[in-house]
Amino acid sequence: MRLNPVTPELQQRHRRTGWLLALVGAVLLIGSPYLPWAWSDDALDDMTYLFGPSPTQFLGLALGAVLLVCLLAPRLLARVLAGRRARWFAFADGAKAAALGALVFVAVVVVGIAVELGGLVNVRYGGWIALVAALLAVAGTMLLPRDRPATLGGVRSPGWLVISTIAVVMLVTLLLVAYALDEDDPVIFVALLAFVAGVVAVLLKLGVGPWFSSQTARHRGVLVASAFLVAFAFPFTQDGSEANMSIATQVLIFAATALGLNIVVGLAGLLDLGYIAFLGAGAFVAAILSGSAFSAVGWNPPFIVTVLISGVVASLLGLIIGSPTLRVSGDYLAIVTLAFGEIFRLVMINLDGSDGPDLTNGSNGIPGVPDLDLLGFDFGEPHVLLGVEIGRFANYYFLLLLVIALIMVVFANLNRSRIGRGWVAIREDEKAAEAMGVNVFGLKLFAFAGGAFLAGVAGAVRAHHDISVTPDQYIFLESAFLLAAVVLGGMGTIVGVLLGAVLLRLMPEKLRFVDEYRLLIFGALLVLMMRFRPEGLVASRRRQLEFHEDDEELADKVDPTVTRAEGAR
Amino acid sequence: MSTEQHEVQFATAPEGAVLLEARGVTMRFGGLLAVNAVDMSVRSGEIVGLIGPNGAGKTTFFNCLTGLYRPTGGQVSFAGRPLPPRPRKVVQAGMARTFQNIRLFQNMTALENVMVGRYCRTSAGPLTSIVRGPKFRREEAATRARAQELLGFVGIPEAGESLARNLSYGDQRRLEIARALATDPQLLLLDEPTAGMNPQETRQAEELIFRIRDSGLAVVVIEHDMRFIFNLCDRVLCLVQGEVLVQGTPEQVQSDPRVIEAYIGTSDEGETGDA
Repeated sequence: MRLNPVTPELQQRHRRTGWLLALVGAVLLIGSPYLPWAWSDDALDDMTYLFGPSPTQFLGLALGAVLLVCLLAPRLLARVLAGRRARWFAFADGAKAAALGALVFVAVVVVGIAVELGGLVNVRYGGWIALVAALLAVAGTMLLPRDRPATLGGVRSPGWLVISTIAVVMLVTLLLVAYALDEDDPVIFVALLAFVAGVVAVLLKLGVGPWFSSQTARHRGVLVASAFLVAFAFPFTQDGSEANMSIATQVLIFAATALGLNIVVGLAGLLDLGYIAFLGAGAFVAAILSGSAFSAVGWNPPFIVTVLISGVVASLLGLIIGSPTLRVSGDYLAIVTLAFGEIFRLVMINLDGSDGPDLTNGSNGIPGVPDLDLLGFDFGEPHVLLGVEIGRFANYYFLLLLVIALIMVVFANLNRSRIGRGWVAIREDEKAAEAMGVNVFGLKLFAFAGGAFLAGVAGAVRAHHDISVTPDQYIFLESAFLLAAVVLGGMGTIVGVLLGAVLLRLMPEKLRFVDEYRLLIFGALLVLMMRFRPEGLVASRRRQLEFHEDDEELADKVDPTVTRAEGAR
Repeated sequence: MSTEQHEVQFATAPEGAVLLEARGVTMRFGGLLAVNAVDMSVRSGEIVGLIGPNGAGKTTFFNCLTGLYRPTGGQVSFAGRPLPPRPRKVVQAGMARTFQNIRLFQNMTALENVMVGRYCRTSAGPLTSIVRGPKFRREEAATRARAQELLGFVGIPEAGESLARNLSYGDQRRLEIARALATDPQLLLLDEPTAGMNPQETRQAEELIFRIRDSGLAVVVIEHDMRFIFNLCDRVLCLVQGEVLVQGTPEQVQSDPRVIEAYIGTSDEGETGDA
């Protein structure tokens, strides 16, 4: 199904009208931020001035400018982009994305004003003009004929250009994250998200996105290193503020766990609905061995040992659950893991000494888990690094970055090995894989137990980070969120799952006012994703093919030999 | 299609040694007796044909040999040792197969498909794969080189980077054979390798099977194309309703009235067709 109901014939006939409409829309979008959008400065930021755009209004202006560039560039740059360069950019597709992004952005802002001030009457003429402009732009760009796909992705560029682009992208990301986290107003946060999504969509459609991903593939080391550098630099932008660092560490714990789950779900194709139990197992083991006053066990080994024990216990549980269920194919594993998650919680509640050993203090859990002390470095104490105070959460943040790096290495290297190929073969055709000598059961069990091990490791860190470990932190809902992060972000990819995890953990923190509707919104979001983009926000090439089995066009596009033949033509 | 010959070395059993020995293999699905006490032996370096009308139990017999089914009776041994009815063990012992309806890993490239076939002859474990030391790299490079070599052997050397599902039908069949060869088999079981092929493709397939035989491997072929099978095979078994009706040289089987009867029926019954 095409989202766009406009037929190609209609587009051919009215392309000039469409272009003019879109141009008017773009000019109005650029102009409207100079008009007042709201009656009161209580809404979002101050949008009451004539000729004085607020930062949020500037974002609308920027989208309008992007749209204008997409509309005018084919004419203005016709001389530069001639011959083989003519198909580098897909300007019409870029314009469509820009217009849609602008509409979503303006709608969010207008609705935000109405919600925060109590009614649409509080929106002044500037806001309405912006809305009409965005609608015009969308209607106009819909009438533009679709471009052939941009070929910029196949263009090779010098290394310095690619590397400096990476640097710029990373810097912008860092500033954006720091800015977004500082934003207290939930509507501005959502509007910012809409703006970023719009710009990214434009870049992808225009051909700049494909160019970036194909070029950075040659400089993968630089990309990964600079991403970690940015992540490492993040605490220094917070200037000792612990509020945001606390959110950031929670995001990282969630992301680390989601990456582990991605090995099970994304690579091996096993549906695990009780993954949080492995995280919980690791956390409880670490809490029991932490030397907390409330722990029943007196032994307090060094953290390195604790981490290993946590991982091993979690993977043993994985082996116990997996070895009978992984032999049968079908949905049994989902059912068994669902039950396992629940059993784990109940067992933790019932290990309170009233009927059996007292290991977990029942539903009270184990409070007072001391802070980590690694090689004399006390995680509970603030440290001053490069003149910036690095607080408790920032300490854990750095440790978690290390854990995530470890899981990423495991994920990427397994994916590009004999074992990874075996997993793909199993996902594709289990019977054929078995008949070709692939150890189907062994590989599945390894994925399951290995994923559990990584969750156990993450859980051990989490126990110290959270200070107290209770059974009600490890409920089914958490497993569902983890799975949602994997599916939303893109099964089988690292970047996608990181993105999914960040979005799913950050949004509830920033959007406190939708707390009651959180599940409703996530549910609706997932249904929409499954309908329109089942492979997730960032799709792995293979998953994309699997989800679109009958899409020949896609298979040709992905196939390097076909693409190369097209480029030679 | 490249016409040049790609020579590839295979590990083979001594010429004429008995490889596969099936004794009284029986497969019963509830009340249905699909395969009834079938005996078959295959020596290295020979091509054995398996013919029979639809529903005669040829593919079921294959599945019994390769461990996809656990036979309800009888015994299968390979190179003197009994074969456990597990597909993976069968492949490890040296017997590989293709499928009647192509079962490639459609969304993997041709090269990756063949590399999956190398799985059982390589050993890189989890830790080796994560650390990626020199031993891992060597094995990975050897796997890739062998896979490319086999693509050349079956005649599709330039298809390596193509997705399996983008290959032509004939090339998909070739790729399936390459994938099976990648497991270093001594015996290759081909289930209707020319189904759906045009005469030219059939001739190429025939030539490929001869080359496989000449490399010292034994081949068992299920086929409906009689001209193809009688050209190709050293020995032919005709299976009817789960039992061996006739076996012998192509000439013997071809002229046997019972075979003709099984395929077209007899005139005095006044019936044509068969189960």
